[in-house]
Amino acid sequence: MTKSDLSTRHLLGIKNLSAADIDIIFRTADEFKDVINRPIKKVPSLRDVTIANLFFENSTRTRISFELAEKRLSADIVNFSASSSSVKKGETLLDTVRNILSMKVDMIVMRHPSPGAPHFLSHRVDAAIVNAGDGTHEHPTQALLDSYSIRERFNSFKGLNVAIVGDIKHSRVALSNLFCLKKLGANVRLCGPSTLIPRHIEELGAEISHDVADTLEWADVTNVLRIQLERQKGGYFPSLREYQMHFGITMDMLDKLSNVPVIMHPGPINRGLELSSAVADSEHSIILNQVENGVAIRMAVLYLLAGQRTS
Amino acid sequence: MSKTLLHTEKFNLTLRRLCHQLLENYGDFEDTCIIGIQPRGKFLSKRIRELLLEEEPALQFKYGQLDITFHRDDFRLREKPLQPYPTEIDFVTEDKRVILVDDVLYTGRTIQAALAAINHFGRPSEVELVTLIDRRFNRHLPIQADYVGLRVDALDEAYVRVDWNPDGKEREVLLFSAKNNEE
Repeated sequence: MTKSDLSTRHLLGIKNLSAADIDIIFRTADEFKDVINRPIKKVPSLRDVTIANLFFENSTRTRISFELAEKRLSADIVNFSASSSSVKKGETLLDTVRNILSMKVDMIVMRHPSPGAPHFLSHRVDAAIVNAGDGTHEHPTQALLDSYSIRERFNSFKGLNVAIVGDIKHSRVALSNLFCLKKLGANVRLCGPSTLIPRHIEELGAEISHDVADTLEWADVTNVLRIQLERQKGGYFPSLREYQMHFGITMDMLDKLSNVPVIMHPGPINRGLELSSAVADSEHSIILNQVENGVAIRMAVLYLLAGQRTS
Repeated sequence: MSKTLLHTEKFNLTLRRLCHQLLENYGDFEDTCIIGIQPRGKFLSKRIRELLLEEEPALQFKYGQLDITFHRDDFRLREKPLQPYPTEIDFVTEDKRVILVDDVLYTGRTIQAALAAINHFGRPSEVELVTLIDRRFNRHLPIQADYVGLRVDALDEAYVRVDWNPDGKEREVLLFSAKNNEE
């Protein structure tokens, strides 16, 4: 039998995964996707594993997706959200987590507003840690499910042109996607207003463009990012209306292309801003496939990490 | 050190005998499905299916492969999790007669997991087990096969390997005195 040998005990980011790790996760997710499409969607693999979902930042999709993945693996789960906890009373992250772990919790799924928070924890606690988004740094499971959805459509990444359009600067999805796609062999182009593209990001192997029409023509896949309204206080562009006019993707734009790319979006969508409703609901969009694949990918990650003997 | 338990010719005879026993008991195979347990039971189940259809070309039964990785009871007791294999069952087993097929029956734990996994596809009316090799003194659970190719009395540390030719036909069954690394 093949042994699955993830090179890491935690999933902190795509940066420290190898292409082989990603392949193992994808192959495992294939079987979980099969499981979640059966009449009985549950397997008993993680029946003696307890997982704490620590969400220090709001999330709907990712939290539900992780919860479903955990439940379908038969894990016991505890949920924690910062707004209703002792964090408000001034408890430190490390104390919060140590307290939870002392109640015999085996794994931590964590979203945190500070970049590097899961890395910090991984050096200090014994449990396996899954990063569910840390500030503007990484969101590894989102990148994995995005690439998995691309793989489902195209089978291979070699020579595939993938564009990421929007607010690259504040996006953990963009950075994780960039790492993931480069490791898998795709060409990546980042497109957005120059104020929302971090300097020197081309050092990571991406092309940069400020022209959406040209980028759409180039791309086989376009991953459109949400304009994070909560992070636009710095005046990165004059107005939402102006952003929409220059970078919003509409059906008119797609109609002019010789080859319409597959449209992806990590959600939640600002309809009519970065993506028009017609495009989001068109046959070019695989947004809902992404959501479905998210559960399978998270099941695979949890299964592979939980299965490693820690002692 | 290895010893050959079944040479190609005897191997083939054994498979044919198993098929005849199945034909005797299942008649026209109405409401019956043959399910191989991944990964090694797949080869045996394929071969049994071929031989059955050779014998009775008009037979109609469902055929699939079941992976039990997610139902194993030794998850987290191993160094690393095992990589799953595809489950290929495009029918429901509700009220069907299920014939489970695996190459070697050893501790019985694989079959226990398979019995749990098969319920995901419906509640079978009955389940029987075909195995090529029954290592009868190594059982951990009260699980027995209904159709047995060959009974082998071997020590715990011994290892039985069933080899198939690239064309899916039988080659030989080997007994190793010490556990092989492959498992």
